[in-house]
Amino acid sequence: MTVRIVVVSHSEKIADGAVELAAQMAPDVMMVPAGGTSDGRIGTSLEKVMSALELAAGGDGVVVLTDLGSAVMTAESALEFAEGSATVLLADAPIVEGLVAAAVAAQGGASVHAVKRAAEATHGYPASRPKDEQHVPPAAHVAAGSGLHPAGAARAGTPQTGTAQPGVPPAAPVPDVSGDFELVNLAGMHARPAAKIAGGLAALDAEVTVNGVDGASMTGLMTLGAGKGSVLHVEASGPDAERAVAYVAGLVKAGFGEP
Amino acid sequence: MGLDVNWAVKWLTLSAQAMAEHRVWLIELDRAIGDSDHGENMDRGFQAVLDKLAENPPETPGAALKLTAMALMSKVGGAAGPLYGTAFLRAGTALGDAAYVDAAALAAALGAARDGIVARGKAESGDKTMVDAWTPAVEAAAAAAADGDTLAVLIAAAEAAEAGAVATDPLVARKGRASYLGERSAGHRDPGAASSALILRAAAGAAA
Repeated sequence: MTVRIVVVSHSEKIADGAVELAAQMAPDVMMVPAGGTSDGRIGTSLEKVMSALELAAGGDGVVVLTDLGSAVMTAESALEFAEGSATVLLADAPIVEGLVAAAVAAQGGASVHAVKRAAEATHGYPASRPKDEQHVPPAAHVAAGSGLHPAGAARAGTPQTGTAQPGVPPAAPVPDVSGDFELVNLAGMHARPAAKIAGGLAALDAEVTVNGVDGASMTGLMTLGAGKGSVLHVEASGPDAERAVAYVAGLVKAGFGEP
Repeated sequence: MGLDVNWAVKWLTLSAQAMAEHRVWLIELDRAIGDSDHGENMDRGFQAVLDKLAENPPETPGAALKLTAMALMSKVGGAAGPLYGTAFLRAGTALGDAAYVDAAALAAALGAARDGIVARGKAESGDKTMVDAWTPAVEAAAAAAADGDTLAVLIAAAEAAEAGAVATDPLVARKGRASYLGERSAGHRDPGAASSALILRAAAGAAA
């Protein structure tokens, strides 16, 4: 059972097309398009949205993506009408990028809240991520090497901040686990690898950065412009930190299943 | 006693007539500062309301308003659909299953409708939106409700809404499509405030 997704757009073609695109990356996730009015015009239809919500009921919750303003209002109205018991969350995210990230997260088994967060993380970096991950000193990201570094292992120094001086408690948070992985696939970090990384990480209970950007943000990862041979420096904190770094490691080493 | 389901059905029927009659006027208002579809959308929406009322005659005023909400949200298409839909839904919910609506319940239902529009559209008074018709209408209705006369409540609401709609003429829009025009939105009546005044006038007409 996974989280299901409803896509509300003013255009039937946009809703259908966005679902078609996201299904490429998340074949097992139920995504229901609700685009256009019930008589085929541009606009949004409460009836369409409500029947989409009904179709999507019965999973582990529903995340709703919307396009322009009145689509949001129609989706909110549908929730007010439905008064359903299942968890239905509206994600404030760009419809295409948000849907792909949400779908990949759902495919990875993320909770309804994590799927929403994955969608919203595509707003760009920094997304509204909680608490203390913002203050990692930039110089920490230049650490070279490869493989997993458990917490406390030697890292590249950052003299101006002093966070990595031996024996001195760091002023900024040190990740629980970090690692460096070289991209081996020809195309490097493009949309599909970014979606896989972001989607999988969104499902884990860990705060993860990849070369300084939010690892759960597909668009953040794509802004890295990392080609073949680039090294991804991954830092993770939280209960699933080790799994998070191992997850990225596995994907990168397998070339994301690409040549 | 008070207003019954026949009043509600007559209100909605008169609203549909008003939208049909003022369709071109609303389109012209909307052409000046919006995307010229308000008259067409409202006309189509209220025709759908009439169809639903005929298919599925409601038994209470509250049921009539909820059915209206569903029809408007499904058929209007633009932002007015969810805004009016939410207004009628909240008003219908406020009236509950009661067979008769007294003056106090009526004023409360109008207040619930206005609150729904504000919640959905996030507009405030003075933003040059339908809120500028609804808020004075709700205030006038609440003041009139003390005397216990439903017709007086509805007439007070209709007059205040009409004055509120006229008062949007000089405003600069801060919400909705017209806000894209900035200062150029001044000098035109807000189409949503205009259609709101028509609907509230129909409510009074149905009680007369």
